[in-house]
Amino acid sequence: MKRQVVVTGIGAVSPLGVGANTLYERWRDGSSGIENGEGAATEFDPTDHLSVKEARRSDRFAQFAMVAGDEALAQAGWDRNELPYDTTRIGCVYGTGIGGIGTLERGKELLIEHGEKKVPPLSVPLMMSNAAAGMLAMRYGLHGDSFGTVSACAASLHAIAQATRMIQYGDADAVVTGGAEAALTPLSKAAFARLEALSPRGISQPFDARRDGFVMGEGGAVLVLEDAEKAAERGATPLAKVLGFGATSDAHHLTAPHPEGTGAAAAIRKALRDSGIEPGQVAYVNAHGTSTPLNDRAETKAIKDALGDRAMQIPVSSTKSAIGHLLGAAGAVETTATILALRERIAPPTLNWEEREEGMDLDYVPGKAKPLDINGGPAIALTNAFGFGGHNVVVCLEAL
Amino acid sequence: MPATVTADAVEKTILEALPQFGVEESDISRDSTFEDLDIDSLDLTELSQIIEEEYGVTIKGDDARKIKTVGDAIDLVVSKAG
Repeated sequence: MKRQVVVTGIGAVSPLGVGANTLYERWRDGSSGIENGEGAATEFDPTDHLSVKEARRSDRFAQFAMVAGDEALAQAGWDRNELPYDTTRIGCVYGTGIGGIGTLERGKELLIEHGEKKVPPLSVPLMMSNAAAGMLAMRYGLHGDSFGTVSACAASLHAIAQATRMIQYGDADAVVTGGAEAALTPLSKAAFARLEALSPRGISQPFDARRDGFVMGEGGAVLVLEDAEKAAERGATPLAKVLGFGATSDAHHLTAPHPEGTGAAAAIRKALRDSGIEPGQVAYVNAHGTSTPLNDRAETKAIKDALGDRAMQIPVSSTKSAIGHLLGAAGAVETTATILALRERIAPPTLNWEEREEGMDLDYVPGKAKPLDINGGPAIALTNAFGFGGHNVVVCLEAL
Repeated sequence: MPATVTADAVEKTILEALPQFGVEESDISRDSTFEDLDIDSLDLTELSQIIEEEYGVTIKGDDARKIKTVGDAIDLVVSKAG
């Protein structure tokens, strides 16, 4: 018998500001964090939250992780000097797409300009993709299993999925999880642009007929997951249950999704089976919805294929319309927003959606948030994340 | 090659470098230990990079283990440069 997993704390840093509620409320109300074609976390100043030493010991992506982590642990009611469980049973699984690429780029510039003696000794510990996982474990004194997940834009949803399994199977009583990304750097911006993945107009317009690529964003989120029984014993107030997840691989192309969305559809089916629910119980889908021509078409097919008639009855919206694509952080940041939306029984909008493409006929919640039509029933949502490499992850959540 | 290496010059370099590692300037003296200043092995690798650039002297491995105080570091750099 699998143990039940609950989310007891969430935290986020995003282009819409610092804080999970800030992210959700601003998105719900139709604000956009995208300016000049990118979603920079402009309200984030590391010196507001971190000491000089903490800030210089971490790449920007790990800084997002620590600040979101402090928010999440505070909400979970964890006393950082006296954690609620045996610390060897508290893990940390944390995702990123690229890790400390800003650190890597600065190191390379110094190498070229001044030679190897000027390369900063902290380059490796700052750029490594598991740096945020290690920093979080150190910051809070988590002595359980900790590691980073790397699956491009599915990385942080993979982290949440693995954290869930660790608790379900009794390997951990709690896991600090999520993901962060800080890739608004010259090399990665140019590389994504050369790949023709980015919107030349700089508009994040998921599912709209005119969409022409994604808009890059940065940020991070942390979720505190706990065994439901143990959380109840300590008097915690859970925000949501993680019912289960499904993950598959397209095994099709290094960057393009399968045009029929077969891998994504299979992941949704696996998530429903793992969660023990039927398509008819799903009230909302937080789509991957990148605003690329290929993803949004394939994802629409996948949702229709896996959910059948139910797909046409429920809202499907994309957080990326308001914050851009946070790459490896996307899944976790969007999951925090989804949890808050579910708790309010609201489907936040897909901003900039105006023009329908033939065959893409779901309710994408254009422009304005709308209430979920659940008549007092459970508020259950799917959140999707798909990554370059063909990685598909779908997590199923229920609001409490 | 760098100019004459005096204790005063090295002291100035180190005192100016330490605050970037998060040390309060007022806490720094010749007698303060790196442990008390919360300067660990990673900070010392960065400090030694600054010293090497300025004085052409490297502080590596065993050296770093021998220096406990700011004064130790100053003396070591001066003696190596001499």
